[in-house]
Amino acid sequence: MNILDKERKLKSLLTQLETMEDDILIVSIKQKIEDYKHTAMTNLTAWDRVLLARHQNRPTAKDYINYMCDSFIELHGDRLYRDDGSIIGGIGEIDGIVVTIIAEQKGKTVDENITRNFAMPHPEGYRKALRLMQQAEKFNRPIVTLIDTPGAYPGIGAEERGQGEAIAKNLYEMSHLKVPIIALVIGEGGSGGALALGVADQILMLENAIYSILSPEGYASILWKDASKASAAAESMKLTSYDLEELSIIDGIIKEPIGGAHYNPTQTFEKTKQTIIKELLALKSIKQSDLLQKRYQKYRKIGFFQRFNYDNLGGIKR
Amino acid sequence: MNELVKAFETRKKEAKKAKYLKVKQNYKHAVDVPKGLYEKCPKCKETVNMTHMKKTLFTCKHCNEHFRMRAVDRIRLTVDSGSFVEKGLGFITLNPLFNEGYDEKIKSYQERTKLDEAYIYGYGEILGNPCVIGVMDSYFLMGSMGSVVGEKVTKSFEYAIYKQLPIIIFTASGGARMQEGIFSLMQMAKTSAAVKQHSNQGLLYISVLTHPTTGGVTASFATLGDIILAEPGALIGFAGPRVIEQTINETLPEGFQRSEFLLEKGFIDQIVDRKEMKQTLSQLLHYHKKVMG
Repeated sequence: MNILDKERKLKSLLTQLETMEDDILIVSIKQKIEDYKHTAMTNLTAWDRVLLARHQNRPTAKDYINYMCDSFIELHGDRLYRDDGSIIGGIGEIDGIVVTIIAEQKGKTVDENITRNFAMPHPEGYRKALRLMQQAEKFNRPIVTLIDTPGAYPGIGAEERGQGEAIAKNLYEMSHLKVPIIALVIGEGGSGGALALGVADQILMLENAIYSILSPEGYASILWKDASKASAAAESMKLTSYDLEELSIIDGIIKEPIGGAHYNPTQTFEKTKQTIIKELLALKSIKQSDLLQKRYQKYRKIGFFQRFNYDNLGGIKR
Repeated sequence: MNELVKAFETRKKEAKKAKYLKVKQNYKHAVDVPKGLYEKCPKCKETVNMTHMKKTLFTCKHCNEHFRMRAVDRIRLTVDSGSFVEKGLGFITLNPLFNEGYDEKIKSYQERTKLDEAYIYGYGEILGNPCVIGVMDSYFLMGSMGSVVGEKVTKSFEYAIYKQLPIIIFTASGGARMQEGIFSLMQMAKTSAAVKQHSNQGLLYISVLTHPTTGGVTASFATLGDIILAEPGALIGFAGPRVIEQTINETLPEGFQRSEFLLEKGFIDQIVDRKEMKQTLSQLLHYHKKVMG
């Protein structure tokens, strides 16, 4: 029974509640709902979190921006080819701090999803992001990126315009941008498409967001030749926020209400806002050269391996 | 006395046999198609003599198809003989996600390729021009980039910074290594940051894209070279052709994602034939030689 089935059951309980008229019964059903929320909908499996991260009602980047920013002006286009709808970028003010915000935007309706390309960016999207980030560097604005993508778009046009090069350039430049960068994974963090906005001083994740090298379905079909084992793959891939914090890939987790962000969006937005303000103030106080050094070291030390001490050997002739 | 001679003779025979086997074994993994002495070229279907591969630089003598080659052979063909000193030894690949069968897989590849990982680097000289040279080996788990490969690539850039030398990297990889999950993904950021550090020192980085260069390697250090060269007919791209076909539901045009296609689209500087590679590289290194003082 995964989280979506549980949601359905909760919904049926809630509809029962509406038709009820007897006061005593209402109290007992209400108690039942609370109990159910606290027993069944906590302790989620990795696959549950995958489903929540992709949930249809999950708040998208724009919802976060609208809540967090007192004002926001969107800026379009990469100045080279066209404007990519799957990435939105612009300047906003969060509690008096002016920041550049770049976000991957999923659509809520079918039509919107087509213009947003299901949040799968083309190279021009990444180039727009880079243009705005370099602009932020020029005017000494901190950068906040919101990550929510299944991955970079695999298509003919994307390849023709250099998808790989666009992502690589982002990683390359972001590692050395002279302003603080905060990356926040709000939903799916899919592969290179997510990482291209994810080189930051602070990497945060919402509790039920995921961040992985590829989708669990892809992982299962490549390694086990069976895409239906996706839920098992999700367990072993270490893609949840708690796993990634344990591996010290990310720096912090923002808690969500029981059942996921869509049960109480405002609460989630408020928590996110407070965390981002706190991190921004902390990062702003760090000296620029220290900031860059720290960012380099942060990625420099990621890796899981051992090494013999061969220093005395000096090398081998082949 | 007779017995002694006999024993000597059999030993000689055995040695000869062993040598023959060794030769055969050496070429077992040299090319896409090899098994016997003669094999069909996958492109023009002509028969190719596998024992002459080293002389023909692992290309088909009929159609000049560039076969895949092992990292060690690549270094032998590119670097002046005797000048290569391998660095960054002693790394041990671990299994962070406890993936079933991954340890055994690594072990079997190590035995087959005689390498400890899919990337080797070191100091070398190309026609007298000193540089750091790194080569990925596509026979080791498709040259995929896990923690160790990422670390070694980063180390090779750091070594080049330390020695103030230009760096040349031959890429051949299927992308990030799925078995190591998020660690592999983060290697993309790590290696790209290392390229930036090297570049900030005003040093030259030449990347040579060989067949195949895809996925996470294309989207990190492979496409960040100051000068990007490619071998003819190499598959270079971000998403694999099969993934694209499944997404858009149509077959891809001929020559899509090949080096000629990328040259046309403006993503590589030049396609260089394997015969001229050494000459071209030494020329480029010569142009960027730092004048002391």
